[in-house]
Amino acid sequence: MDTQKHTTGKVTGIISNLVTVLTDGPVAQNEICYISLGDARLMAEVIKVTGRRASVQVYESTRGLRCGDKVEFQGHMLEATLGPGLLSGNFDGLQNNLATMQGVFLKRGEYTAPIDAEREWDFTPLAAPGDEVRAADWLGEVKEGWLPHKIMVPFAFKGSYRVKSIVPAGTYRACDTVAVLTDADGDEHPVSMIQKWPVKVAVTAYREKPRPWRIMETGVRCIDTFNPIAEGGTGFIPGPFGCGKTVLQHAIAKQGEADVIVMAACGERANEVVEIFTEFPELVDPRTGRSLMERTTIVCNTSNMPVAAREASVYTAMTICEYYRAMGLKVLLLADSTSRWAQALREMSNRMEELPGADAFPVDLSSIISNFYARAGAVVLNNGTTGSVTFIGTVSPAGGNLKEPVTESTKKAARCFYALSQNRADKKRYPAVDPIDSYSKYLEYPEIIDFLQKKISPRWVEMVLDAKNLVLRGKEAFEQINILGDDGVPVSYHERYWKSELIDYIILQQDAFDRIDASTPIDRQEFMLEKVLDVCHAEHDFETFEECSAWYKEVINLFRQMNYSEFQSADFNRYLEQINKYMSHDK
Amino acid sequence: MTNKAFQRIYTQLEAITKATVSLKAQGVSNDELATVAGRLAQVVKIKDDLVTLQVYEGTEGIPTDAEVTFFGEPPALNVSEDLAGRFFDAYGRPIDGGPEVEGERRFIGGPSVNPYKRKQPSQLIPTGIAGIDLNNTLVSGQKIPFFADPDQPYNQVMAMVALRADVDKIILGGMGLSNDDYLYFKNMFENAGALHKIISFVNTTEQPPVERLLIPDMALTAAEYFAVDKNEKVLVLLTDMTLYADALSIVSNRMDQIPSKDSMPGSLYSDLAKIYEKAVQLPAGGSITIIAVTTLNDGDITHAIPDNTGYITEGQLFLRQDSDTGKVIVDPFRSLSRLKQLVIGKKTREDHNQVMNTAVRLYADAANAKTKLENGFDLSDYDNRCLAFAKDYSNHLLAIDVNISIEEMLDTAWMLFARHFSKAETGIKEALIQKYWKSEDEPAA
Repeated sequence: MDTQKHTTGKVTGIISNLVTVLTDGPVAQNEICYISLGDARLMAEVIKVTGRRASVQVYESTRGLRCGDKVEFQGHMLEATLGPGLLSGNFDGLQNNLATMQGVFLKRGEYTAPIDAEREWDFTPLAAPGDEVRAADWLGEVKEGWLPHKIMVPFAFKGSYRVKSIVPAGTYRACDTVAVLTDADGDEHPVSMIQKWPVKVAVTAYREKPRPWRIMETGVRCIDTFNPIAEGGTGFIPGPFGCGKTVLQHAIAKQGEADVIVMAACGERANEVVEIFTEFPELVDPRTGRSLMERTTIVCNTSNMPVAAREASVYTAMTICEYYRAMGLKVLLLADSTSRWAQALREMSNRMEELPGADAFPVDLSSIISNFYARAGAVVLNNGTTGSVTFIGTVSPAGGNLKEPVTESTKKAARCFYALSQNRADKKRYPAVDPIDSYSKYLEYPEIIDFLQKKISPRWVEMVLDAKNLVLRGKEAFEQINILGDDGVPVSYHERYWKSELIDYIILQQDAFDRIDASTPIDRQEFMLEKVLDVCHAEHDFETFEECSAWYKEVINLFRQMNYSEFQSADFNRYLEQINKYMSHDK
Repeated sequence: MTNKAFQRIYTQLEAITKATVSLKAQGVSNDELATVAGRLAQVVKIKDDLVTLQVYEGTEGIPTDAEVTFFGEPPALNVSEDLAGRFFDAYGRPIDGGPEVEGERRFIGGPSVNPYKRKQPSQLIPTGIAGIDLNNTLVSGQKIPFFADPDQPYNQVMAMVALRADVDKIILGGMGLSNDDYLYFKNMFENAGALHKIISFVNTTEQPPVERLLIPDMALTAAEYFAVDKNEKVLVLLTDMTLYADALSIVSNRMDQIPSKDSMPGSLYSDLAKIYEKAVQLPAGGSITIIAVTTLNDGDITHAIPDNTGYITEGQLFLRQDSDTGKVIVDPFRSLSRLKQLVIGKKTREDHNQVMNTAVRLYADAANAKTKLENGFDLSDYDNRCLAFAKDYSNHLLAIDVNISIEEMLDTAWMLFARHFSKAETGIKEALIQKYWKSEDEPAA
């Protein structure tokens, strides 16, 4: 720890985890401090200053704290430690390493280092003495699993520097100095593999942040086909409990086309995190053939862990994402659930007796959420390569009602909306993403349309819009049938309804627990959509509605068998053949 | 509560509300216990030398010169094997006429288990109730509430589940139990000869509501002692969590906090999660399973209490009066056990998953047929058979008075399939049909 004199203080008030401190010197907003309680030191963050009194939120239980207990301010904000070894790590919201903690229970005041500073890495220099560099420029590289992990000029370095020296290729500890940089004044700055960055500040050490221009595949058809998310894009999944939010998020985490996945389990069930701990090491990433856990970092602050650290957890996770993005990697951040984060804000705002906004949430909720979503994005780095952070958050709306502050604020910030519907979940139509309410703004981006047409097929976007339209018309027909009765409407209404059922069963519904159906590559999605649309556009001449439903039920069954078969396998082709035959001789 | 040497005594209250008193005092620590005019109270707010105490028994009749004594420590429970078979009040004091329990003094509401150290739950807890075992299998380390309207026999069902479950200890946390229900539990446990493995913490409706806030933490402190220290399988029953949440809202209201939805405190989610997340499968083999009751207001699950509960717990069990059979059933549509896939087909017979889904699907077809009937449409032969199946299914499987093994449940389901449907109509995998299909004249195991 540095020898610089820091402000100290004394506790003067306690309400749950909000503590007021009488300070003896300057303090900064969001500055970190430690409160001494017996042998333990409790970490806290300044959230408000009035005169010499600072209000701090304590990241731990304040049981047993007294007026007069000593407080030491640290002179910096909450920081994430960044360096090789973060992947496959399990951290709490303050980036303590959960794996190295002692005992079964979390101990108050026990803080563990996120990165093993003594661990050795094979370092290869990428820069040479004399090079001019700035923040986030690559100095060298180590292999973290299979990923080329770049050692960068720390993000906190301002202006331009010259590389004075850099170590030759070889094995070094993470804490060893690998390069010395000289600033404009001639002062020397040693650089190791580890750097720190305040989590609440966005990393902006890149050249530019253009509009997203390509799609991130998830293997989930109702996303990729119907409402694709852009690489570097933002999306959110609101839904009442029991609608399959977590299953959908886990599917995206397993299959998402990304180099690094960061999962922020923010105020959710601990057993869900255990599921990731247990299952991910067993699962293999099809793109690399390595264990899924190798590309996954978990930041977990489950619902029973201290509330203030819950708020910090999403920022910690985002900072780790931005760090890997600066290496030119594709990063996917999944946060479950952002509503719990908003509730943490509400609890603090309430204790500080601030005037509340809607549903007692703080009035600046909307701007906090949109600021956070804005940290995602695809960027062009200083050296011209690109990296991205794609962010998908879940929202747990109270009572399943989407007209509540967190959902509404998020809707303004995120570009993709995947509404989970209770109705679909009740009918076991999973994933329960509502095809009509959900949207992806990226489908309107000219650069994305261009990308899709080049990558998939020139007619792709047209086909997608066509399918969406058929689903909408099917729903309208269904409502008419329900009002007027099966016999009360023309057969064409039934046909319209069954076309939408075909799209629903074959494209939208997907069995996340089936080995093959769980993940559909984009070329297979294109094949299936084209085939399904062919059926929808074929001419039929049904006499009765029973005949119509029987015909479609059979076709749906054949298509479903296709979905369960390996793409273009003998089985797959046999079912395809049956469909072709069925279409040609029947009607 | 024994007196201690360093006790500080004050006699000048600055303010009194319905649930709290404030006074000037020095060196008081957050969360510590005190007595105000002989009533137990806890520190909830300190501002300079002004200390606010929440008085559990209410402040009726407390004068401004009441004697306030601080204990210097938060609420605690003495834990030892001697807890077994005993009944306590919200403060952990015996109410069964027995002696105080000797043992290690543990503060209640302790820290959480490191999520990284948890194990994935994998042990099935059989209850004999098909609506649970067959459709919504319980797993040790799970937390799951019954969502029930106040007129349903949730306490009876819960007592039944507890007594049938294969666990080492059962801990009852009764909040706002009516005296009748308290005696019911007591009799049930006594008659079953299970008293030696049961520990009860009870707050009845005759006692002040704010006391209830201590019950879950008391029950779970005892549960952690047996699960962590003794590696036992512990089942915790919490009834009724709606009354617990009501007590939370009373306190937050008295403390002038701004209410959020349904006049519940903004911290309701965290408050409930702190309790439910104590459910755990520990690495050394012990486990805590929580079965709770959340009473609903006319089946409304969008109210803040059931809504927040649903986001925290691993599923929910709905009780419903089935109008066709007149029996109380576990509703197969709205009930869910999120952990069931960890044991279904793994700890149970291979056909479990398919039988479960097929039966529920056919039951759903019956519900559609019923709607058709009510709307005056004609029923097909299939519709009629579905309705007949639904009646059998409710009677022989869903009803809570059924008590059979999972094997018997599966056999019964196969028999009902054969009675009402063709093999093709069930849509079950061919291999399973060949192995398990039961013709009508063969009795179910």
